[in-house]
Amino acid sequence: MLLVVMFLVASFVAFSSLTFAAVDPLPFKNHAEELRFQALTKQLRCVVCQNESLADSGAPLAADLRRDVFEQMQAGKSDAEIKTWLTARYSDYVLYDPPLRTGTWLLWFGPLLVLLAGGAVVAVNVRRRAKTARVAASTRPDSDIEDDW
Amino acid sequence: MNTRLLPFVGFMLVAALLGFGIWWSMYHDMHEIPSPLIDKPAPTFVLPTLDDPVRKIGSRDLAGEPYLLNVFASWCVACREEHPILMSEGKRIGIKLVGFDWEDDPADAKRWIAQFGNPYDVILADFPGNVAIDFGVTGAPETFLVDAEGVIRYKYISPLTPEVIATQLMPRIAAMKKGGK
Repeated sequence: MLLVVMFLVASFVAFSSLTFAAVDPLPFKNHAEELRFQALTKQLRCVVCQNESLADSGAPLAADLRRDVFEQMQAGKSDAEIKTWLTARYSDYVLYDPPLRTGTWLLWFGPLLVLLAGGAVVAVNVRRRAKTARVAASTRPDSDIEDDW
Repeated sequence: MNTRLLPFVGFMLVAALLGFGIWWSMYHDMHEIPSPLIDKPAPTFVLPTLDDPVRKIGSRDLAGEPYLLNVFASWCVACREEHPILMSEGKRIGIKLVGFDWEDDPADAKRWIAQFGNPYDVILADFPGNVAIDFGVTGAPETFLVDAEGVIRYKYISPLTPEVIATQLMPRIAAMKKGGK
């Protein structure tokens, strides 16, 4: 049992150090800057990986882009400016949070439309069943057993 | 309408949606990023050449005539597949063929060129990869068609094939030349 626990702890430590190895050390001025960098790179999508943010990716291109994001932060650029810089090169693909514009309204409001359509189907169904239930109840002879659902 | 058919109709709609997804992904690569740089000016850059790092070539030196910028690297497996096609078709394209050696080791790149031949008029070396990011490069090989005004007219991701050259590149190059550019 102790051995198993030790093994689990060891593998966890090994795994977590592996994931940290993917992220290159950058000379942050302070902790706040580091947090800002991490928050920003988590919102950016790695352009060569599957389902990985720029913050998590071990791809060489992601490392280059992290370096560029870092350099732009050092140059005093705002998060929005850095995002504009990236989308000018790699399109909206890099943003996990796509901007709302004419080309993306279906992406934003599509789920709402599906929800409304589903709601309409449910409403129609409920109304129709209530009607047939009323008709059935009025034509059926009274019974002692309450099974009117 | 017969309501008993509703679940079936719903099923058919879902099946049609999934079928469309399968059909769509057969002809579209979901990970291919559409370049926002098409019909925009190519980034300005100055890069050393592979042969002589002291000699620098920039976008201003290339301006005035159309050129084909081909991103490659010695570590890139697909570039080996593409290379013989550039060797055989490169001269027939009729415009300057600029090699863009991306994130490479100079010794490896030189050996690669010596081994497979040099189809390029000039080879630029972007080892830090900064200019590649300005071009929105995601991988190698990638090919950009830039016109005489320095505007990116076309981008092709993955190895060029004789078919792509004939059906995509040549008509665009012919149109540029016809337009007096």
